[in-house]
Amino acid sequence: MQPGAPLLRLEKICKDYAPVEGGAAVPVLREVDLELRAGQSLAIMGPSGSGKSTLLQIIGTLDRPSSGAVWLNGRDLAQLSLDQLAAVRSTEIGFVFQAHYLLPQCTVWENVLVPSLAFPQGARGVEERASSLLRRVGLGERLHHHPGQLSGGERQRVAVARALINRPSLLLADEPTGSLDFAAAQSLVQLLLELNHEEKVTLVVATHSRELAARLEETRVLRDGRLTSSPTGA
Amino acid sequence: MFQNVGEMALLFWRAILALPVAWRQRHKVFEQFFEIGNASLLMVCLLSFFIGAVIALQTGPVLVERSLSSAVGGVVGMAICRELAPVMMSILIAGRIGSAMAAEIGSMRVYQEIDALRTMNINPVHYLVVPRLVSIAVALPLLVVFAILVGWLGGATVCFSNNQIAIPIQTFYANLRDVVEIKDVANGVFKSFIFAIVVAVVSCHQGLTTRGGPRGIGRSVTKAVVNSIVMIVILDYILTRVLLGT
Ligand SMILES: Nc1ncnc2c1ncn2[C@@H]1O[C@H](COP(=O)(O)OP(=O)(O)OP(=O)(O)O)[C@@H](O)[C@H]1O
Ligand SMILES: [Mg+2]
Repeated sequence: MQPGAPLLRLEKICKDYAPVEGGAAVPVLREVDLELRAGQSLAIMGPSGSGKSTLLQIIGTLDRPSSGAVWLNGRDLAQLSLDQLAAVRSTEIGFVFQAHYLLPQCTVWENVLVPSLAFPQGARGVEERASSLLRRVGLGERLHHHPGQLSGGERQRVAVARALINRPSLLLADEPTGSLDFAAAQSLVQLLLELNHEEKVTLVVATHSRELAARLEETRVLRDGRLTSSPTGA
Repeated sequence: MFQNVGEMALLFWRAILALPVAWRQRHKVFEQFFEIGNASLLMVCLLSFFIGAVIALQTGPVLVERSLSSAVGGVVGMAICRELAPVMMSILIAGRIGSAMAAEIGSMRVYQEIDALRTMNINPVHYLVVPRLVSIAVALPLLVVFAILVGWLGGATVCFSNNQIAIPIQTFYANLRDVVEIKDVANGVFKSFIFAIVVAVVSCHQGLTTRGGPRGIGRSVTKAVVNSIVMIVILDYILTRVLLGT
C-alpha cells in the first residue's frame, strides 16, 4: 500500500435485498462512496432502516455488495475467496455490536481470546495482550469472572477488548451504546476514542445518538440509500 | 422452493463434514438431548397410547365381526411400529423441537448474533447446527422405540377392556409377536432417524435464513414446521416403497 492511500475505499456501493414474500426488491444502498484514512474516526447516522447496519456489514466482509467495490488496505475484497475473507475479517477488522454476545460458558479472559484461536502461529504474546487489553478497559480484576457476573457496560467493554485482540486496523461498531444507560454509554464512547488514538485503529460507529456522533472527527448521514456529509445531522 | 432444497442439501453436507466437531461440542449435544427428552417424553407417552387405542378401536370390532379376532394384535402392532409411531412422533418433534430450533437460530440471526460468531471465527454450522442435528438424530429414534411400546400397550388395553372386542391381553400379544418381526420395528426406527435429520436440517435452515426483523422469526418458525411435516409425509411414502422393496 503506497503511503497516503486510504485504509478503506468504497466505490459506488449498491445493495438491494431479494424481496421478502412477494414484495418488490428494495434498494437499501445506492452508489455509496466513502474514503477513510488510517486512524480516522467516523460516525454514520440515519433513521432506522436506512441501511447503517447493512453498510457496516459490507465494510466488514460479512456481506457482499450487489455492485460496487470495497478496497481495504489496497486490496479489492471482491477478488478474495471466502476463506481469505474470513482471514481478513478476523485479522484486520474488529466488530462491536449492540449486544455483547460473549460466550456465557467462558471466562472474560477466554472470551477475549476466542478470535485468536484460529491463528496458532500468532499465539505468542496474545495472552498477555488479552490481559493488558482487559486492564486497559478497566476490567483487570475481573479476568476470571464469567460474563453473567458483569454489568451490561462491563460486558460491552469486554466485547471491545475482544474486537481488538488481533490488532485490527479497522474497528466497526454498530450502535455499541444502544443497550447502555447514559453514563455507561459515555464512558464506552470515551474508551473507544482513546483506543482510536492509542491503537491507531480506524473507528466507524453507526449510531442514533447525535451526542456520540459529535465526539468523532466526522459525521455522515445515510438517507434514501445515499451517504451525505450533512453537518446538521439527521 | 428448489433453491431452498439446494441450500438445505448444502447445509446438510456441511454439517456432515463437520460431524467430528460434535465430540468437542458434546456438552451442547447432551444439553439439547435432555431438552428434547424433557420437552416431549410425556407428550410421546400420551400421544402414542391414544394412537394405539384408537387404532384398536377402529380395527378391532371389524375384525372380530368377521371372526378374525386372532389378527387384531398383528394389525395394531404392525400399524404402530411401521407407520404411526415414526410419523406421528416426527410430526410431534417438528412442532415441539423444530419450531424451537428455528426460533432460537432465527433470533440469533435477526439480532446479529450469528454475525458476531462469524467475526470471532466461529462457524455457525459447527456451533449451532451440528449439536442440534446430532442430538435430535439420536433422541427421536429412542422416543420412537418408546412410542411403539406404549402404543402397543394402548392397543392391548382397548382390546381387553372394550366389550365389542374383548380379546385377552395374552392373545393380543401372542398374535403381535407372531406377526411383527424385529425387522419391522427396525424399519420404523430407521424412518424416524431420517425424519429427525429432515426436521433438524429444515428448521436450522429456516432459522439461518431468517430475515426481516422480529416478524421474520414467526415466519421462519411456521415455515420450519410446515415444511418439515410436508417433507416427512412425502419421504415416508418413498422410504416405505424402498424398505418394502416393491
Ligand atoms: N437480510 C435482509 N433481507 C432483506 N432485507 C433486509 C435484510 N437486512 C436488512 N434488510 C432491510 O434493509 C433495510 C436496512 O436495514 P439496516 O439493518 O441496515 O438498517 P439500520 O439503518 O441499521 O436500521 P437500525 O437503525 O434500525 O438498526 C431495512 O429496510 C431492512 O428491512
Ligand atoms: Mg442497525
